[in-house]
Amino acid sequence: MVSRHHPPMHAWTAGLLFLLVLLRPAYGEEGAAKESPPKASMVEVPAGTHRPLFVPPGETNSVQVPVFRLDRHPVTNGDYLEFVSQNPKWRRSQVKRIFADENYLRHWAGDLEPGEAAMSNQPVTWVSWFAAKAYAQWQGKRLPTVTEWEYAATHGFSTLDGSKDPEFQAAIRRWYSTPSPTSLPLVAQGRANILGIHDFHGLVWEWTADFNSSLVTGDARGNSGIERQLFCGAGSAGNRNPSDYPAFLRYGFRSSLKASYCIHNLGFRCAADL
Amino acid sequence: MKNTLFKVFLITLLIWSAAGPVDAAEGQTVATKPRPVDLSIKGEEKAVLTQAPFVPPPITRQHATKVIVQLEVIEATRRLADGVEYVFWTFGGDVPGSFIRVREGDLVEFHLLNHPTSKMPHNIDLHAVTGPGGGATSSFTAPGHRSQFSFKALNPGLYVYHCATAPVGLHVANGMYGLILVEPKEGLPRVDREYYVMQGEFYTEGRYGEEGLQAFDQRKAEDERPSYVVFNGSVGSLVGDKAIKAKVGEKVRLFVGNGGPNLISSFHVIGEIFDTVYQEGGVLPSQKQVQTTMIPAGGSAIVEFGVEVPGTYVLVDHSLFRAFNKGAVGMLKVEGPENMLVYTGKEVDAIYLGSQAEGGSEAGRKIAELEAARRKAIQGDETIAGLTKEIQIAKGKQVYLQTCFVCHQTEGQGIPEQIPPLAKSDYLMSDKDRSIRTVLQGLSGEIVVNRKTYNGVMIPMNNLSDHEIANVLTYVRNSWGNSGDAVSAEEVKRIRSELPKAVTTSFE
Repeated sequence: MVSRHHPPMHAWTAGLLFLLVLLRPAYGEEGAAKESPPKASMVEVPAGTHRPLFVPPGETNSVQVPVFRLDRHPVTNGDYLEFVSQNPKWRRSQVKRIFADENYLRHWAGDLEPGEAAMSNQPVTWVSWFAAKAYAQWQGKRLPTVTEWEYAATHGFSTLDGSKDPEFQAAIRRWYSTPSPTSLPLVAQGRANILGIHDFHGLVWEWTADFNSSLVTGDARGNSGIERQLFCGAGSAGNRNPSDYPAFLRYGFRSSLKASYCIHNLGFRCAADL
Repeated sequence: MKNTLFKVFLITLLIWSAAGPVDAAEGQTVATKPRPVDLSIKGEEKAVLTQAPFVPPPITRQHATKVIVQLEVIEATRRLADGVEYVFWTFGGDVPGSFIRVREGDLVEFHLLNHPTSKMPHNIDLHAVTGPGGGATSSFTAPGHRSQFSFKALNPGLYVYHCATAPVGLHVANGMYGLILVEPKEGLPRVDREYYVMQGEFYTEGRYGEEGLQAFDQRKAEDERPSYVVFNGSVGSLVGDKAIKAKVGEKVRLFVGNGGPNLISSFHVIGEIFDTVYQEGGVLPSQKQVQTTMIPAGGSAIVEFGVEVPGTYVLVDHSLFRAFNKGAVGMLKVEGPENMLVYTGKEVDAIYLGSQAEGGSEAGRKIAELEAARRKAIQGDETIAGLTKEIQIAKGKQVYLQTCFVCHQTEGQGIPEQIPPLAKSDYLMSDKDRSIRTVLQGLSGEIVVNRKTYNGVMIPMNNLSDHEIANVLTYVRNSWGNSGDAVSAEEVKRIRSELPKAVTTSFE
């Protein structure tokens, strides 16, 4: 799968996954060190049915999502400063290059000084998937799955089904057709959805636990033969709603990522089981 | 077992050595994969990229080389029309994307850079590529990252390239397209001017001209109802000061693309006829004398035409509401002298009174002026059909007054005892061929004209053209009491060819 597009990286990826498995106990200990993770900032997302954008052949076109908790807004620079203060190996100067590329926290002034370009209430960006995952574990949480994130994000401002909320749809379109500002807005400034969750559409892209599990191929029209299940090509076949271009953009964006990437408009929020 | 382990070890080593050398310039770890050596490739060069309407210079080298193309994706808010802005996704900063020119057989090393401020990942599908996705599967690039792939330009032609990231229609609708020319080994015929014009349409929430930053409208895109159809990325990009230019007598080549994403273009230049069209961007001239050529979405055409008359020629999509109401208008400004024989300009602008019109009216006067101007124009061009004896006489008089009158005098009377007369001259009128020979090779020795003997010298006038000699002889044979038939340029040419080479020099 990966090897088709990035052949030499296959070995890397496999190696990294292997290393991750080795390192996991260490993260677990860090997580345990913080005894009561602050869950007040989390919102309960009720169980429900979600219709994913891509439906693998032979499967029903909706999935049941059990109840879970999700952060009210993306993790901020302030939150992240606390994390790196307590976890030196995630500081910019000490992070292992295989876990975060050269851009890791590049907008921060120093290891423990976010500085003027990274205000405390701005969402943290320039962080890798590995870093986001470590942060979540340190909090005793986890990253949401694509299904969880997409499901929670379909809730409108005033209706459970955002597709029937014109204001909500307009707000989504506005964000997707606006370039990222040089300086990101603060978290939780945008209108919350009906569940009380902010910033799904309008602030930053967000990492998910399985960001690369439903790959859109590099070539958006590829959708053939044996690779179909893996790639779920974003051609017209196999997807629920070709008009939902914001969803395509999200899937497309996720598919372009590798776990070590750090990007200016990519942050994350945490999830947790009930 | 040991053997197997050893093999695994070796393979691992190979994979590790193939992955991740450090690119010193960027300080970034990049993954590269070893490439087989292509012996036909000599040297390397960096591609010259140009923004529309300009085209990189023709390729003059006679061998294949490695061409490095570096194209940066930039998302930026730009002007779509006066007062109207749009977030364009671009290859190289503008719509359409940079023009790429390579030669058939070249190895193209393609670097796609996605600017760190981009919101979206992007890739590139070049229709010139032979391979999966036209390069799209190898160039999917997150913001702030870069990809590299190489391809051999096997097929000459003019090809569209575009982004193929999901949703592909949106990426194209936002301006992600451009042209790559794979020039045939033998090159294209020489022309004086080359320009790059690419059509595309935009689907905005607001109607055409509605001011402000306009968002993309998915519904309009699905319905194929664009608010804008434009050349080179915005309304007015080829108009006024930004019009493309040429001079009278030049040959112009347009590389025309259509990015779409939906519409087929009926490409037309008002007031010109394409001498040659390379339909659909292929390398064979497919048709001559074409008024309007059809360019599919994701396709191209090469059109060539000479410009004979000065003025402004308007480029349109001849689906005319697109031109008049949605912006599909460009201009070619041609400077140079008027040519009344090809085009007169407006000849008559007068009140028309139907049956009440009278002779001597303003219209009548203008028509008379027009006739005079036309006669003058015709006299100025001897190559056109209908060269009459009268015209030859008029033109011949000009030659006479420059070349002959000093000796033979303005009325052909000559100078007594020295220069024989041409007026009522028996010597002149009795032998047409001799008179032609006389002009060509001169004359010396004794001759008798009208019963008088002359013994002078006339120098050869063979620097005059066949036409000039024919005209001047027609003039003298029909002036001052002479009356004869016209002398044709063909007769002069024949006699000139019969003369010894040392004496005559053709200036034809």
